[in-house]
Amino acid sequence: MAEAKSDLTAAPNRFTSAVKSLRSEWLGLAVILLLALFPFLFGWFSGTSVQDGPSKFWQGQLITFFIMAVYAMSYDLLIGYTGILSFGHAAFFGGGAYAMGLFLTHIGPKIIGSYKITIGSADITEVLVLVAAIFLVVVVVTLLGLLFSVVSARIKGVYFAMISLAMAEAIHILSKATDFGKWTGADEGLHGVPVPLWLNPTQHRLLFYFVALAFCVIMYLIARRLVDSPTGRVFVALRENESRVRMIGYNPVTYRTLSFVIAAVIAGLAGGLFAIWNMGATPSMTSALTTINALIMTILGGIGTLIGPILGAGLMQIVGQFFYQWFGARWPLVFGLIFIALVLFLPYGVIGTYRLKRLEWKHGWQRLRELVAGKR
Amino acid sequence: MDNILEINGIHTYIGQFHILEGVSVTVRRNAITVMLGRNGAGKTTTLKSILGLTPPREGTVTYNGKEIQGRRAYDIASLGIGYVPEHRAIFRNLSVMENLKIAERKKGDLESKSEFIFGLFPDLKRLYRLPGNHLSGGQQQMLAVARALVADNQLLLIDEPSEGLAPILIEQMMEAIRILSAATTVLLVEQNFVMASKLAEHYYILDDGRTVHEGKMADLVEDKELIHQFLGTALHKGGRS
Repeated sequence: MAEAKSDLTAAPNRFTSAVKSLRSEWLGLAVILLLALFPFLFGWFSGTSVQDGPSKFWQGQLITFFIMAVYAMSYDLLIGYTGILSFGHAAFFGGGAYAMGLFLTHIGPKIIGSYKITIGSADITEVLVLVAAIFLVVVVVTLLGLLFSVVSARIKGVYFAMISLAMAEAIHILSKATDFGKWTGADEGLHGVPVPLWLNPTQHRLLFYFVALAFCVIMYLIARRLVDSPTGRVFVALRENESRVRMIGYNPVTYRTLSFVIAAVIAGLAGGLFAIWNMGATPSMTSALTTINALIMTILGGIGTLIGPILGAGLMQIVGQFFYQWFGARWPLVFGLIFIALVLFLPYGVIGTYRLKRLEWKHGWQRLRELVAGKR
Repeated sequence: MDNILEINGIHTYIGQFHILEGVSVTVRRNAITVMLGRNGAGKTTTLKSILGLTPPREGTVTYNGKEIQGRRAYDIASLGIGYVPEHRAIFRNLSVMENLKIAERKKGDLESKSEFIFGLFPDLKRLYRLPGNHLSGGQQQMLAVARALVADNQLLLIDEPSEGLAPILIEQMMEAIRILSAATTVLLVEQNFVMASKLAEHYYILDDGRTVHEGKMADLVEDKELIHQFLGTALHKGGRS
């Protein structure tokens, strides 16, 4: 075991720590590399073009997986790390999707029609409109996150879960309301959102694939940095015992608000990208089912592990696709049975249970070695 | 200023129950003061009232010359009051390192105190990376005390540090408290009278939510009748009340 003192006082060596972190993250890097090469490897193995056919289809499946993985990860920050049981997470995902869709549908074209912003000879109007839309998404979901956190400061536990469900349902009803149908498309939702041509997921699927992969990796790194930071430690401490957190000098409301806003922004950005990917935003994105999906993905992979929700999203999206092919419309029933079995036999999810067992095996192995060496 | 903390006639309610009915305690700087009393006398509630976890409705709590009653718990803690609650209140899913790091008020707090902390509790150095829930009861208690030492606390409120510990660990804990009292002031709640009598210079006896007796520990040790009356214990047996 490493000496604690050396951990605390050793002068930081950037090269050594970079090599160390590279060594510990090699599996993650290999997976990212594999995912980056996936379209080409698939095309090569199947003898089809990267730009269309089955390769394009599976790129689409993986794009949805990357976005849903980010969404599930944001939910895990809230439920897994901070211990806030919220059933209103779809409000952030759907809020982000609608903010993106509404801006690109109703405001973007007017800006593009009226202004032409250039750098040299390059027209960057579309890029700036997209940046403005992303900014709007962040503002909208930050406000939503603040709204939820204000309520969570006064109501806790299951009661908050119910209130959050009600708040998300209010947003869901708002997204379907015929009063705003002229802008939102009411029940039908927004369709044919005019996304920038260079980012059009139908025409430039491969580019969009890399955008979604980069988005997922960047969001993971941000979330990883957060949970490993002192702020992340306070989140975990809050989950364990709010009163103890107060005793050592932290204001729980501040940290709960921070957790809500960060989770909301990440979920909102995922929703925004989903709106571009679907070229639309529909009321289903704000529905309780979308929150339940996040919950299932998080539980499947392992609550309180960032990799867990990613794996859960993968299981649901990719395995779900195979199940759909094998079982048709009944696939959720089969998936549900497997989910029940997983919860029964892997109560901490795939990653959570693996980590727990690994620690037990490690201790068992150490004890065995000590026994053999006669130290016990 | 000789007194770091002055509690003057506080009344605290938990829900509708009137728990403290006029507790007054003065804690002298750089000394160990102990609060004694039977179960339910109001000792833990007094500590919680100081910290604002169960705020008093009446009376004053003066810390370093400023009244702090009515302020939020996190605000009071950040004034330099460390609290070691009973029942080994560590964060069980955080590692030993994380449990200590979370108590930092400024960057580098732990680094500057590590030698002192690991000198007091060498076990924690060995268990640095283990999650809190893998520690034994005694190790968790040590971690709870160590956590309160990370930040620059001028006053430590320690609630029953010997609770549930094996005799050898009680000795170790006593030694640790004695050493740390050289650097900070300690207000101790303890039912183990032997431990309390060996550590503290001043005592307060609480009974039914009131301060009923106070004085120098050396005098109390001689007063067997008083010990028996309020603590229900006999010094020579070293028993707990």
